[in-house]
Amino acid sequence: MKLSIERSDLLKAVAQAQSVVERRNTIPILANVLIEADGSDVTFRATDLDIEVVDKAPAMVERAGATTVSAITLHEIVRKLPDGAQVTLTADSAAGRLTVEAGRSNFSLATLPKEDFPVMASSEYTSNFSAPAPVLRRLFDKSKFAISNEETRYYLNGVYMHVSDADGGKVLRCVATDGHRLARIDADLPDGAETMPGVIVPRKTVGELRKLLDDDDTEIAVSVSETKVRFATPVLTLTSKVIDGTFPDYTRVIPAGNTRKMEVDAADFAKAVDRVATVSSERSRAVKLALDEDRLVLSVNAPDSGAAEEELAVAYGDERLEIGFNAKYLLEIASQVDRENAVFLFNSSGDPTLMREGNDQSAVYVVMPMRV
Amino acid sequence: MDCDAFYASVEKRDNPELEDKPVIIGGGRRGVVSTACYIARIRGVRSAMPTYQALKLCPDAVFVKPRMEAYAKASRQIRAMMEDLTPAIQPLSLDEAFLDLSGTERLHGAPPAVMLGRLVRRMKTELGLTGSIGLSHNKFLAKVASDLEKPRGFSVIGKAETADFLRDKPVRLIWGVGHAGQEALEKAGIRTFSDLLRWDQADLTARFGSMGTRLWHLARGEDRRPVSAHEPIKSISNETTFNEDTANPDVLDGHLWRMAEKVADRAKAKDLAGRVVTLKLKRANHSQLSRQTGLREPTQTADTVYRTARALFDQVSGEGPFRLLGCGLSHLVPAHQAGSAGDLLDPGAEQRERAERATDKIRERFGADAILKGRALR
Repeated sequence: MKLSIERSDLLKAVAQAQSVVERRNTIPILANVLIEADGSDVTFRATDLDIEVVDKAPAMVERAGATTVSAITLHEIVRKLPDGAQVTLTADSAAGRLTVEAGRSNFSLATLPKEDFPVMASSEYTSNFSAPAPVLRRLFDKSKFAISNEETRYYLNGVYMHVSDADGGKVLRCVATDGHRLARIDADLPDGAETMPGVIVPRKTVGELRKLLDDDDTEIAVSVSETKVRFATPVLTLTSKVIDGTFPDYTRVIPAGNTRKMEVDAADFAKAVDRVATVSSERSRAVKLALDEDRLVLSVNAPDSGAAEEELAVAYGDERLEIGFNAKYLLEIASQVDRENAVFLFNSSGDPTLMREGNDQSAVYVVMPMRV
Repeated sequence: MDCDAFYASVEKRDNPELEDKPVIIGGGRRGVVSTACYIARIRGVRSAMPTYQALKLCPDAVFVKPRMEAYAKASRQIRAMMEDLTPAIQPLSLDEAFLDLSGTERLHGAPPAVMLGRLVRRMKTELGLTGSIGLSHNKFLAKVASDLEKPRGFSVIGKAETADFLRDKPVRLIWGVGHAGQEALEKAGIRTFSDLLRWDQADLTARFGSMGTRLWHLARGEDRRPVSAHEPIKSISNETTFNEDTANPDVLDGHLWRMAEKVADRAKAKDLAGRVVTLKLKRANHSQLSRQTGLREPTQTADTVYRTARALFDQVSGEGPFRLLGCGLSHLVPAHQAGSAGDLLDPGAEQRERAERATDKIRERFGADAILKGRALR
């Protein structure tokens, strides 16, 4: 194999590959990226056996072929090469080496045979549809903060992407929860997605997927089966196993009867929460919200380190209410609001609280209170 | 001060018939030796040895079930005697403690060696129990000294003779250098303290991490750890060896619940909550298996410990039959930091916690058996 490729094209492809590769690997071949050159394209393939990413880049292929080389080392080299450089990759399969040349730099890297590289078995996808990058970006960006780390409830370690009924008809919905907070984000159902099985997209996949979604004009081809999900742009394909488990029935968790409504400027609210929480060093810092006629008093009382209080003007017309929350959860939820005021709907101090942006029902958050 | 065969000595004191018999304290047919008296030790019986092995070595041994209350009482009495000497006492267990006697000579009108001699004499005359004393200028050497002439030992390692004393001693003398540690040291050519002395501090640290730094100091007889009365508790755990190996999930579930309850009881008593739950199992062939998982918020309830350990158990339940099951709680924090946020997906959790608190109150008033979960009877 011999090919020549623009440094920036190579960097983009290899960056995606090395981020999928696990840093601590017991199987050597999994640390490598499979480079395949054919025609006028070169593909870079990396996997951790759960996720596979395939990146295609334009190149001048002098001699077709394939080899595998450490993804991290190759990435480090390409990253350090000067911008605009032309890079030549030459594989010498007899010597088991890949030569990387750019300008006067010359590297020789150990390779492993391409036959050893595990290629993810292709899958029959039951549903194929296409969605604009900004739509998927919103679905996952607004829900991923609520993904759980708990190993025992592994089925919460991802975003549950599925088709659901909403007021205006069927929607494409992403839900994540760790039992303390929950995010439910809806988008218009793309054509062809109606029959999609619900899948739990693992945390790492959500992180990798995010890199495909930066460009507003990209259409993402989504394919879903019971066991796998695939997101593809013309140059990049991300295939992932989904979490084998049943996502809990979240609908009964979302309170429908919360009537005590508070409206507040989300940015002001977040800043105030952040300020008062400063006095406590505990990991789960509790912020107390005391609500009265159009007035919110936020307070933190940490017996060991100090106390803080701050008053905020809000729209609230119900009876007095005192309720406590984990400061971090409040901050995360408030930071999801980007256009309008944050609307909180409370019931009692022991019941889950609902938050949404203005009257927008397409992004709903639930947070569990703390005893304070 | 380290008591001699403490549990066994208490038993012999309380039951003179045992005086000249080999006595082994241990739990049941399947358990391990907790303490063996010196007669049994002559036959090769050691602590932590499986009971069947001890029986083979010493068929005429008298097995006694541990009476923890009696030992705890004797321990408190010894503690009171030690407190007459110094307030700086760091107990390591019921029968072993560090005492810092620095600067007490003027107060007592006698040097530490004399005061310690009086302590063991008092223990013998008033309590009928013996102990061994190791006197030195730091904790590491005092501990080493206390083991030198057991039982009824009295050893002193002075500053001037420290280097001579350590020179040819093996490094396994160091508390914390176990089997694996010895092997790692041996690979580096370190068997004795004089081997250690040949190493630079930087090299030892590079090779063995913080343990390396410690070894460098210990090789020179240096140990600056203070005798601290309040060593923080790092973990709480409990385990049980079954009378018969079992793979029966119901039986194991009952054990798991009882262990979780014991762990939670101790956490509550110490006002602590833990963030990591550990499950420990021993298979029939004695191989060990352990799993642990972190909680989002620290807990001290038996319910959470049990449910978390149960989820871990479900991952490995197929690997039975098992002979031992244990469960533990670590990464401890003060109880007021325990989880107080409810679980959206488990609305019953709060109710179960309230029930557990109520159960605790009932037990406090009417005894431990006043109210039980059905699961506890499995």
